[in-house]
Amino acid sequence: MQDEMLDRAPGDDEPSMVAHDETHAGLRAYLIGLALAVILTATSFWAANTSLLWAPGVATGLAVLAVAQMGVHLAFFLHITTGPDNTNNVLALAFGVLIVTLVVAGSLWIMANLNDNAMPSPELMNLHMQH
Amino acid sequence: MLGKLSWDAIPIHEPIDMIVSAVMIVAVVGILLWLTWKQLWPYLWREWLTSVDHKRIGVMYCVLALVMLLRGFADAIMMRSQQAIAAGGDLGYLPPEHYNQIFSAHGTIMIFFVAMTFVIGLMNFVVPLQLGVRDVAFPTLNSVSLWLTASGVLLTNISLVIGNFARTGWLAYPPLSELAFSPDVGVDYYLWSLQISGVGTLLTGINFVTTILKLRAPGMSYTRMPIFCWTSLAANLLIVAAFPILTATFAMLLLDRYLGFHFFTTDAGGNAMMYVNLIWAWGHPEVYILILPMFGVFSEIISTFSGKALFGYRSMVAATMAICVLSFIVWLHHFFTMGAGANVNAFFGVMTMIIAVPTGVKVFNWLFTMYGGRVHFTVPVLWTLGFMVTFVIGGMTGVLLAVPPADFLLHNSLFLVAHFHNVAIGGVLFGALAGYTYWFPKAFGFTLHEGWGKAAFWCWLIGFYLAFMPLYALGLMGMTRRVQHYDDLHWQPWLLVAEAGAVLILIGIACLVVQLIVSIRTREQRRDITGDPWDGRTLEWSTASPPPVWNFAVLPQVESEDAYWNMKRKAGGQRPAQLAATAYKPIEMPLNSATGFITAFFAVITGFALIWHIWWMVMLGVLGAFGTMLVFAWRDEEEAEIPAEKLAHFDRAHRAEMAR
Amino acid sequence: MSAAASIPSGRALRTGSEHRGPASKRIVVGYGFWIFLLSDIVMFSAIFATYAVLVHATAGGPTGAQLFDQTNVAIETACLLASSFTCGLMSMAINSRNAPATYIFAAITFALGAAFLGIELREFAGMIAIGATPERSAFLSAFFTLVGCHGLHVSIGLLWLVVMMAQVAAKGFRPNVERRLLCFSLFWHALDIIWVALFSIVYLMGAR
Repeated sequence: MQDEMLDRAPGDDEPSMVAHDETHAGLRAYLIGLALAVILTATSFWAANTSLLWAPGVATGLAVLAVAQMGVHLAFFLHITTGPDNTNNVLALAFGVLIVTLVVAGSLWIMANLNDNAMPSPELMNLHMQH
Repeated sequence: MLGKLSWDAIPIHEPIDMIVSAVMIVAVVGILLWLTWKQLWPYLWREWLTSVDHKRIGVMYCVLALVMLLRGFADAIMMRSQQAIAAGGDLGYLPPEHYNQIFSAHGTIMIFFVAMTFVIGLMNFVVPLQLGVRDVAFPTLNSVSLWLTASGVLLTNISLVIGNFARTGWLAYPPLSELAFSPDVGVDYYLWSLQISGVGTLLTGINFVTTILKLRAPGMSYTRMPIFCWTSLAANLLIVAAFPILTATFAMLLLDRYLGFHFFTTDAGGNAMMYVNLIWAWGHPEVYILILPMFGVFSEIISTFSGKALFGYRSMVAATMAICVLSFIVWLHHFFTMGAGANVNAFFGVMTMIIAVPTGVKVFNWLFTMYGGRVHFTVPVLWTLGFMVTFVIGGMTGVLLAVPPADFLLHNSLFLVAHFHNVAIGGVLFGALAGYTYWFPKAFGFTLHEGWGKAAFWCWLIGFYLAFMPLYALGLMGMTRRVQHYDDLHWQPWLLVAEAGAVLILIGIACLVVQLIVSIRTREQRRDITGDPWDGRTLEWSTASPPPVWNFAVLPQVESEDAYWNMKRKAGGQRPAQLAATAYKPIEMPLNSATGFITAFFAVITGFALIWHIWWMVMLGVLGAFGTMLVFAWRDEEEAEIPAEKLAHFDRAHRAEMAR
Repeated sequence: MSAAASIPSGRALRTGSEHRGPASKRIVVGYGFWIFLLSDIVMFSAIFATYAVLVHATAGGPTGAQLFDQTNVAIETACLLASSFTCGLMSMAINSRNAPATYIFAAITFALGAAFLGIELREFAGMIAIGATPERSAFLSAFFTLVGCHGLHVSIGLLWLVVMMAQVAAKGFRPNVERRLLCFSLFWHALDIIWVALFSIVYLMGAR
């Protein structure tokens, strides 16, 4: 089935029909992935604790670093690429990311709005809490 | 020892409940005894309960749906009857606590166990056949899905006899559904039934997305896929995307109820509005999960019976995928009145109106498909025409409700109830019955009786309008939903008309039952010998009726859209030529497995034990399910080989039948 | 499916011969599990969204800044990241049908995952001991559920790993065993991806 050259299971680093050989290329991918992930993680911890960065920007920075780390995992550990044999895998991932974004962003927007308009004020809330 | 369970759980003080329970138990026991007397258990076990064949599983889903339709409709006619009489001084015959359980059960059963089940049943039966393949991607998982759904059904029905069902509506909003305000087992029955069947549904979604994207006959590129498969793909993508939200939300409510967490409680910082937000983030895609496959059913039916290719196939596909994505950005329209600001309400209001556009595109495409064709007014076409009128009306009232200021008046009124029944019955139910009639001969080898089918249709159509048009008026007059008794006597005449409509629908359902019995009794007169009773266009009609387990001895080579129609044309109007004997190769088919059935058995035990707080039984159930999985994982044989001679023999026999 | 078949192009429409028929079992199983993982991530996102909404609903009780210990989190992160790496090495061993290497890397992966869980359970126990229980406030309910759900997935993963090693021992590297191991490694890597989101948003942002 020729399609095997053009289609790949997620997590495989070669199309299915290619012989499974241990290659240095395979090990290298994992090592690079590990190194990048360690650097990005360390950077995250540093960014969260340093006073050198403008405070309001840290949250965005952490988010960007998190996305980068996820990308490293996808590319180096899960072998997700942008090649034609990976199209279905990438499309599925993109769909998932879209849904997650809509659910999280949508919920935050809606709830912030609702909380502003419909929840009791903090003083009232505390009063309510105390009995 | 038995947690909260005691003899008090049996509702001896509620006569209606006792009678209904007794009827149900007698019916179930009666059927089990009859099966035993006829010695059908080995056959049933071998051919149905342990089957991993998508066709069998599809039929079982549809049977489940039709049976639960009876239960859900019983709830409906009880409510209609109560509302018809409970005006002013008359309190009716259903006390509020019972009435509240009935409307909760009605909604839960109709959405989860009738509509979802029917949709999944049709997709199960049809999709692999239309794709030109032998089964879905994960046949045993398919069986697990079916039986987990059945577990949810069983638990819900057990609540009639032991304990009670939820009184909180079909979505169980907190704070009412929290332990403080619903301390009894009702909400727990609701939550665990739906969590268990929800797992089954999610697995179906995964199964079908994988099947449609990765398993198609040679030559069937995406643009040659039947439109029903496209709509199934969209619906299953929505299942995969939306059902996890339901699982998470119910899990959080369960944590509140069982472990004293504070997600949605009225104290310690809980926020009940978050539940409403999340449940509708699931709930809106859910209604599209229900309707999109039905759009596919109607597309198939109208093109077949007009003798024309579907008009605007590309735009249908585009509209379907647009609806798929858009269905995730409208959910707030279910709670415009909860207090969000104008910006938020306006955004979601506008998006809701936009989603009506691709649906409109579809309606025009159906109309243009009929135009210039020779339309045969068979029963499936009647359902389709009924759908087109009814669903459009329901859609329009939906667009009206999408205007936030209008919704502020109409939210939770009978206008809303009329709207959603308009689209659910006009769209989902009519589609289910159309699909049922259309594909019945393929599944069973004989067509359904046309006359009783037409009678059923007209009773349903007229009954629907009688039952629900008054509700629009009542909503505008200020009557809210879920009302057990009312004081405004002006409402009563309308409710009496609605009751008449419900009775007419009851007659329609009776016609369906009679149709089935008569069809079975006289099946020799309506045998489907060729396998193609409607001069169909898609690949399922190229198989025998019913198809063999393997569907296709040799996978068809697809060269165009409407693959089978094209094959017939190339064969000069005859059936495509017999395959050469050398074309047959032995094939591997998956073995039957009891995994699904046994897993479901443990799921019921676990669910029941969780509801009644019988912790040792919970452990037993979980370990049992885990053990079943291990046994399945350890089996050495997964498939059985079907020899080439058997394939050739079947085909030859089928041709000989047709020649006679 | 080639890219030509998934995005309708002139060539695909004319010939359609690009589509060769049903995909192989490995692709089908891998893709199906990929779709399951995406559904799991949507489930996490619903709990995440709830956490984000309830993060300030502390009801007068302890806040994240008061409770979270970043050293613990750093060690947990290191364990899980390392286990993802060793899982990758295990995948390579499986591809070359090297049973001893498979067992060794599986054992290391298991040990690192168990270490992660141990630290997390200790953290939870510590919080509960000082009264920061999930029943205390909505924030704590959300925290325990979100982080706990991830921990539950890790536990299930460890159980799965043990079962898979038993299968390798009993059946060798059969195709279906290999497919299941592929699914396991997808699962394990996905858990680390979710952890990245967790430690960044819950612990690091929460500590400020």
